Amino acid sequence: MDTPLLTAEHLSCAVADRVLFDDLNLVVAPGDLVEVQGPNGSGKSTLLRCLAGLLAPRRGRVRRGGTIDYVGHKSGVCTRMTAVENLRWLARLRGNHPNRPSPVAAIRRMGLGGSGHDRCAALSAGQVRRVALARLPLGAGDVWLLDEPLTALDAAAEHLLRGLVAEHRAHGGGVVCATHRPLHDSSAAGAASPVHRALPAHHTLRLGA
Amino acid sequence: MRLFSAQLRRDLVLAARAPAEAANPLVFFAICALFLGVGADLGGDRELGHGAIWVLALFANVLAADGLFARDHDDGSLELMLIHARPLLPLVLGKLAAHWLICGLPVALLGPLAAFLFLDSSAAAPALLASLLLGTPILTLVGGIGAALTVGVGRGGVLLAVLVAPLQLPVLLFGVGAASSVGDEGEFARLVLAAMLAATLTAAPFAIGKALVISQEY
Repeated sequence: MDTPLLTAEHLSCAVADRVLFDDLNLVVAPGDLVEVQGPNGSGKSTLLRCLAGLLAPRRGRVRRGGTIDYVGHKSGVCTRMTAVENLRWLARLRGNHPNRPSPVAAIRRMGLGGSGHDRCAALSAGQVRRVALARLPLGAGDVWLLDEPLTALDAAAEHLLRGLVAEHRAHGGGVVCATHRPLHDSSAAGAASPVHRALPAHHTLRLGA
Repeated sequence: MRLFSAQLRRDLVLAARAPAEAANPLVFFAICALFLGVGADLGGDRELGHGAIWVLALFANVLAADGLFARDHDDGSLELMLIHARPLLPLVLGKLAAHWLICGLPVALLGPLAAFLFLDSSAAAPALLASLLLGTPILTLVGGIGAALTVGVGRGGVLLAVLVAPLQLPVLLFGVGAASSVGDEGEFARLVLAAMLAATLTAAPFAIGKALVISQEY
């Protein structure tokens, strides 16, 4: 078996002394899509923050076999800067990487070509979400941690994101996604495309209740 | 170095795009100094005049420190910094450097000018300028610790002031000493200020980094 990109062992997380999940085990191998489901307040976001390293688990440990990209509940987009400036700053934080597209290319990839040089304060909620998601092609991280990525997205952007996720998995990346709407493409068209057929099955992780 | 310059440039650009907000502490400092200069008769007491300037510099700094990490926390940029900036320290230093350039350095430069309003002679201006140039970075660094500790707390402004002001009091005392005393005494106060700056410059960024990491564990 491939070396896992991300492993969580006996993970236990609590927020304000309320235990959200206990003894959770998770392995993300190359090509995996793990969809985290559960009612509001069941700890989906907490799990992702924990996997991202933002939150220390109460017990257990997270091992990261590669780099991560995180698109959380907060956009991480500074509204005083343009979309391109936001991504440029992030690219500088992450350092040089040969396989990384330019910020402008990443913006164009999310269908924001024309608005890339507008201040993000002038963008709509869905457009800001697109800017946040443009970090994914830019980052070239091994594991994508996505918290409700479909929020505020229109059908076109949703399609773009599904395409990005499928491509990422086909290139050996892993995805952990908290969502109420499935991100894997179960449509006939999706299943028939060669990219999708080659992908390993997705997993669903249910939390809470 | 890459992280330091990336963050320094970003914060300077952001300040330039909202100049009114960035200039807030400076305007506060200038207005208060003007009122004091016009309204109060200090009788040419140098120590009192320098003390007033230093207190205002401290207030302006506490006022400004509140916003150091607030925006980044609110829009989620702070999460990205904590995930991607390896190591975190140069990024923190870049933020602090930008912050000092925006509201520390201008206060230090305005200080001697403001003192001219209270005190008729400008003889002590170089000593005051030197004390402010040594002291304002300490205020920024200590204020940064407070800002990082209160970043997740809603309306942490008052808490920040209560937390930080006592720590900054020694800076104030030696700052006034360095500005007003002559001879060995002034030299001693300047050396103590320099030592404080060296100490905080070494320790504060670590403390700030650690506090920012903790701030995520709401």
